[in-house]
Amino acid sequence: MAATIVAARIRRSWFQRLSVIDLFLWGFRAAVLAAVVVGTFATLRSGRYAGEVWLDFLIFGISQGSVYALIALGYTMVYGILRMINFAHGDIFMCGAYTAFYAATALHRAGLFNRYPPLSLAVILVVAMATAVSVALLVERVAYRPLRRAPRLVPLISAIGASFFIEYAVRGLYGSGFQAYPEFEVFKGKWNVFGVGILRTQAVVIVATVILMTLLYLFVMRTRTGTAMRAVSEDMEVASLMGINVDRIIVITFAVGAAAAGAAGVLYALVFKQVHFFMGFYPGIKAFTAAVLGGIGNIPGAMLGGLFLGLFESVGPILVLDGLGIVAPYQLKDVIAFTMLVMVLIFRPSGILGERLAGKKA
Amino acid sequence: MALLEVDNLHVYYGQIHALKGITLHVDPGEIVTLIGANGAGKSTTLKTISGLLRPQQGRITLSGEDLAALPAHDVVAKGVVQVPEGRRIFGQLTVHENLLMGAYIRAERNGVETDLARVFTLFPRLKERRSQVAGTLSGGEQQMLAIGRALMSQPKVLLLDEPSMGLAPVLVEQIFETITGINRLGTTVLLVEQNAYMALHIAQRGYVLQTGEIALSGSAAELQANAEVRKAYLGG
Ligand SMILES: Nc1ncnc2c1ncn2[C@@H]1O[C@H](COP(=O)(O)OP(=O)(O)OP(=O)(O)O)[C@@H](O)[C@H]1O
Ligand SMILES: [Mg+2]
Repeated sequence: MAATIVAARIRRSWFQRLSVIDLFLWGFRAAVLAAVVVGTFATLRSGRYAGEVWLDFLIFGISQGSVYALIALGYTMVYGILRMINFAHGDIFMCGAYTAFYAATALHRAGLFNRYPPLSLAVILVVAMATAVSVALLVERVAYRPLRRAPRLVPLISAIGASFFIEYAVRGLYGSGFQAYPEFEVFKGKWNVFGVGILRTQAVVIVATVILMTLLYLFVMRTRTGTAMRAVSEDMEVASLMGINVDRIIVITFAVGAAAAGAAGVLYALVFKQVHFFMGFYPGIKAFTAAVLGGIGNIPGAMLGGLFLGLFESVGPILVLDGLGIVAPYQLKDVIAFTMLVMVLIFRPSGILGERLAGKKA
Repeated sequence: MALLEVDNLHVYYGQIHALKGITLHVDPGEIVTLIGANGAGKSTTLKTISGLLRPQQGRITLSGEDLAALPAHDVVAKGVVQVPEGRRIFGQLTVHENLLMGAYIRAERNGVETDLARVFTLFPRLKERRSQVAGTLSGGEQQMLAIGRALMSQPKVLLLDEPSMGLAPVLVEQIFETITGINRLGTTVLLVEQNAYMALHIAQRGYVLQTGEIALSGSAAELQANAEVRKAYLGG
């Protein structure tokens, strides 16, 4: 009996099984694909942009993507362990950048800033990372840990609350204006790398990110604590049966993610040269997008997703939108980023590298 | 004096009264088995001993020292380790990493290397596969890994939750032989099993758990001879 029903269902043609929603989604895919192809083709044929412009956009995309990737690590690592989106993470990034501003200004006033640039940069980085870590640990202790056993929506709401709390606390302390970062003289202008001119700030961002990512990867893959982190993210209960102090590992996870975000804050400020209490919001959401894009919970995925998003955001507007005849396409880069988020969530919720996560979680 | 002692243990899941005053003890060097039907409370007993569940009432002591208030990771440090039901190895970690996680509480590097070698002699298959991702091991190999991982903490008491579950008959025998071997080397064992026949074969004593209460206890031979046990657990 049951077998015949199944057989009948299989025998129904694909045409009968097609629903209105399927049609709409296919249409959506086709429309996006068509827009991308037509736009790209038109832009390239118009020849409006020289090769050098493309290169600039490409490098900007990589450096922007590096910052996203560094922030995305925090989202992905915390998600990997607690299955929770730490919505305050963007503000932890902001805290890093903001305190770094005070460190940078102090060094500047003391006249040390441009006399010892590498040392100054190191000091600023340490201050930013330390602040970001302290804030993150405080948030974890106060806003998340008491809710560890609550339904999943509860810590999410608590995270949004923490995010607003941090933003308005910083605003209350330091005001709502933009604060201008001092500039490193050595990082002005371009470096010539293999005949290609690269903005120095962007080169610093890219190199620093590569170093931090490598360190982080080695930490997670090669150390005892990193292995314990992966064990906890797979099975918290059994990890505790192996003698692993799960709370401690969670704290370390928050700390590592926050340190990366703090460093990202400094790099971001090097490029954009200003800080603001709300500056964590957009990079935060973009980094979250990057984490989802790469497959949330997956560390290499976050790195890849960040890079991908940065590139798409910087090259996409002129490559696709310009060809479609849209004026001032660069204003629409956020549209591209969030269209990507929506599309990934609809068509491939497990992200680029998230295959193995799809079955196990959610 | 008993090594592990459980006295009048009451455990609830919300409103469900899962353990209704369990009392049992395991002497040094013994294999003691806890048998019972599905849902009798065997896993609940082991989870409570391991510190994953908090008893409402009752005492758990190891050589007289109270365990009931300790978090799970400290119970391991005291010397009581559990191989959980369904193996639950870390599927995305390699065999070697799984074993290292078993030795997480231990600081001395040399000791860990020695124990690694010992686990590999016990389970040569694991040695061949030490850099393989554990999720790709066969069911039997995963059970070996789960046991090997637990041994890496050098436990005084090994808690085993249905180690024979889902294994082919040949492997079942092999696993029970291994447990006997581990016990001979000095580890005390509390063995939870559905396979009462094999469990009573290797154990010195046993307890029969029924809906959260100890219905019977005695030497393995007494239980094997008991008419009720024969009818309910040994197939007549
Ligand atoms: N997380 C839980 N929440 C509510 N009730 C539970 C939970 N875990 C177990 N129980 C209940 O407690 C009782 C004992 O369960 P337990 O898992 O200890 O049985 P068991 O003897 O190990 O059974 P099995 O042989 O099937 O593994 C059962 O009635 C079960 O339904
Ligand atoms: Mg059970």
